[in-house]
Amino acid sequence: MKSLEELQAIRDRMKTQLQSRGTVGSDDISIVVGMSTCGISAGARKVLNTFSEEVEAKHIKNVKISQTGCIGLCKLEPIVEVTLPGQEKITYAKVDSDKAKEIVASHIINGVPVQDYVLAVINRQGENL
Amino acid sequence: MNELSLHILDIAENSLRAEASLVIIALTVENGMLHVRIEDNGKGMREDFLNSVTDPFTTSRKSRRIGMGLPLYKMAAEDAGGQFAIESSEGKGTAVTASFELAHIDRAPLGDMAMTIAALIGSAKTADILFAARCGEKEYIFDTREIKQVLDGIDITDNEIIRYIKEMINENIQIIFGGIAL
Repeated sequence: MKSLEELQAIRDRMKTQLQSRGTVGSDDISIVVGMSTCGISAGARKVLNTFSEEVEAKHIKNVKISQTGCIGLCKLEPIVEVTLPGQEKITYAKVDSDKAKEIVASHIINGVPVQDYVLAVINRQGENL
Repeated sequence: MNELSLHILDIAENSLRAEASLVIIALTVENGMLHVRIEDNGKGMREDFLNSVTDPFTTSRKSRRIGMGLPLYKMAAEDAGGQFAIESSEGKGTAVTASFELAHIDRAPLGDMAMTIAALIGSAKTADILFAARCGEKEYIFDTREIKQVLDGIDITDNEIIRYIKEMINENIQIIFGGIAL
């Protein structure tokens, strides 16, 4: 049975780990999942869940997962944006759970975007490349 | 959407977008019905907007002119022998209530409620989520304010914490609604 006491134990362990790791900063990898009606009905909740589980299972600490609304490309949902520190923003279309695992393994861990699912590449000046 | 918990996520995301600091999601099973109430203290809606909000061509969004969330949810309730209602007051908040006949052949399954709450926590930034599950005398309350107090500064959206929260909610849903086909 999961209890708040057990959560306290996790908290204490995480506090110790945080001290050894230092503070979270701008060197974080960003994963943004579209979570509007269109995204949710296309499977975005599962995709978000897979990213969260994969990142934890692979012990990747410098990843920030967040959510956004509809960007007007409903038929291409679930849409996911991945930005590595100092690099272009990569937008993936029609992501599912398996693709999310590939993106974590290739893009997040090895820095190589999964070209087959890339919809757009936006540089740091906001230009579409 | 093939799970009620996906509708609930979608409607509760509206609450967060309406700048709510607290979103309350309550599931009650009573007399063969599932009642779902999603309530927030966000900015609410003007009366004219509220009156047309279940029309798919009403939306607050700028990226497109169609809003399907509430109309789809209303349809899911009415198709399953239930009812749908929305109340809102500008500056005070909004409450969406829907009911579903459990045994109705067209009722979508509840699905993964823990995953929905987890997604909402990730979306909520500083807002809090209260999730209540009730059946007869049994009640379970999950409140992010209580969790944050325990966490004492550790980020509630940390992936390990989220996994723990999902497991905790799943176990408790099983205790409250165990034996009922949701």
